Amino acid sequence: MRGGRAIAGTDTADLNRSDLKRTALYELHVAHGGKMVPFAGYEMPVQYPAGILTEHNHTRAKASIFDVSHMGQIALRGADPSTALETLVPGDIAGLAPGRMRYTMFTNETGGILDDLMVTNVGEYLFLVVNAACKDSDIAHLKDRLPGGIEVEILDNRSLIALQGPAAAAIMARYAPGADTMPFMTALPFEIDGSRLAVTRSGYTGEDGYEISIPSDAALRITELFLSAKDVEFAGLGARDSLRLEAGLCLHGHDIDETTTPVEAALTWSIGKRRRAAGGFPGDTVIKQQIADGVARKRVGILPDGKAPAREGTGITDADGAPIGTVTSGGFGPSVEGPVAMGYVDIAHATTDTPVNLVVRGQPRPGRIAPMQFVPNRYYRE
Amino acid sequence: MSYLKYSEEHEWILLEGDVVTVGISDFAQQQLGDVVFVELPTVGRRVEQFGDAAVVESVKAASEVFAPVSGQIVEVNEALERDPELVNRSPTGDGWFMKIRLGDPEELEGLMDEAEYADFVASQG
Repeated sequence: MRGGRAIAGTDTADLNRSDLKRTALYELHVAHGGKMVPFAGYEMPVQYPAGILTEHNHTRAKASIFDVSHMGQIALRGADPSTALETLVPGDIAGLAPGRMRYTMFTNETGGILDDLMVTNVGEYLFLVVNAACKDSDIAHLKDRLPGGIEVEILDNRSLIALQGPAAAAIMARYAPGADTMPFMTALPFEIDGSRLAVTRSGYTGEDGYEISIPSDAALRITELFLSAKDVEFAGLGARDSLRLEAGLCLHGHDIDETTTPVEAALTWSIGKRRRAAGGFPGDTVIKQQIADGVARKRVGILPDGKAPAREGTGITDADGAPIGTVTSGGFGPSVEGPVAMGYVDIAHATTDTPVNLVVRGQPRPGRIAPMQFVPNRYYRE
Repeated sequence: MSYLKYSEEHEWILLEGDVVTVGISDFAQQQLGDVVFVELPTVGRRVEQFGDAAVVESVKAASEVFAPVSGQIVEVNEALERDPELVNRSPTGDGWFMKIRLGDPEELEGLMDEAEYADFVASQG
């Protein structure tokens, strides 16, 4: 038996690489039996002894803690960081009220996506969370491109954990009264156990939940506090990947990259009206034209008919066997109890329910285009 | 007389007469994690020693299962199509993959016995 690559982004190269970094929770992962793998330059838990399937299902049923401290946390300070950041992203940042957050992306001159990120207006500064694999280039990009007077502070003394699942709100409220009624995509500061935490109601699983930025010297204590709650278990990168795939959420470097635009990636919703009209971000000409005239290919969901997973790189053909696209993320969806995938197809074949073939190990296998959310999201609504 | 042998790719075989039953080892299923899909060869197909024979997919990844011996597929475990997790629950029992009519008994010589395989797994860290 010989395996392929495990989880998107992980590599099976030896763990003895001395340049791998560890998060403040490394020892806690090991103590919980976490199987540590290299991921974006860090040693991260891909799973715990319960296994990916159980961790996935537990997150949808109760609540899980994910260590996402490998992600980049950045503060932008200065006179008007929102207007400055808008020169690099198509999102409406100037219109972001204090305490609110938004999903956007760094674009390049051809409208491609350098990275996707969350931007929170915390009042005194803008708080950015960027992907681990891109954080060094993102920071260089910000320092290079933002006008003088905007300070780019790397918050590498902070850890980040995600508490995700239907039980998350009740657990949070125990330690942070009021956190249970925070609207989706908002932020509030809380003090738990003497530490100042930046809490956002957001996540990457399709479930209700929080991302919690913690001073790293308190990360172990705070995480253990959450883990002591009855319904909370650790979940690793494997479950994070299957949860986000079922929720239809993009993984940068796979579903979106420098060659895909937000319009092709079906992320046009993230570009505000004012920004569409006025532009003023890298690649604005291309993106505005694509919004007006349409695109040649589009990111879609794909449901294989049978049981065989169609993984990243699987070719997609039309009913006659002509190539129409490629799978960018695919695998087994534990909540769907079957295979799910997303990928890019020619626009003529992008309509829901269009029959397609997925060429798995040389064999065309039937499937159909499907809405990207394979599991309806359960974000908190007041 | 019957005995278990193992390949370096973590398949096991059980020889009964001139037919070998093939599966993956307990170590292999632990490495894979939750098995969600198994693709079995068609009965009658000829397989070559250490050539592709089946595919086992966990939530994490797809892995090739190799034929530890050459020969003809005479039976496959159809229960795995309905219940792939049998591979996790019973890797050396109900989770078997296929039966091969042994072409060349000398091929068995290159395989490991139980003790040799245990040492081999330990040496893999």
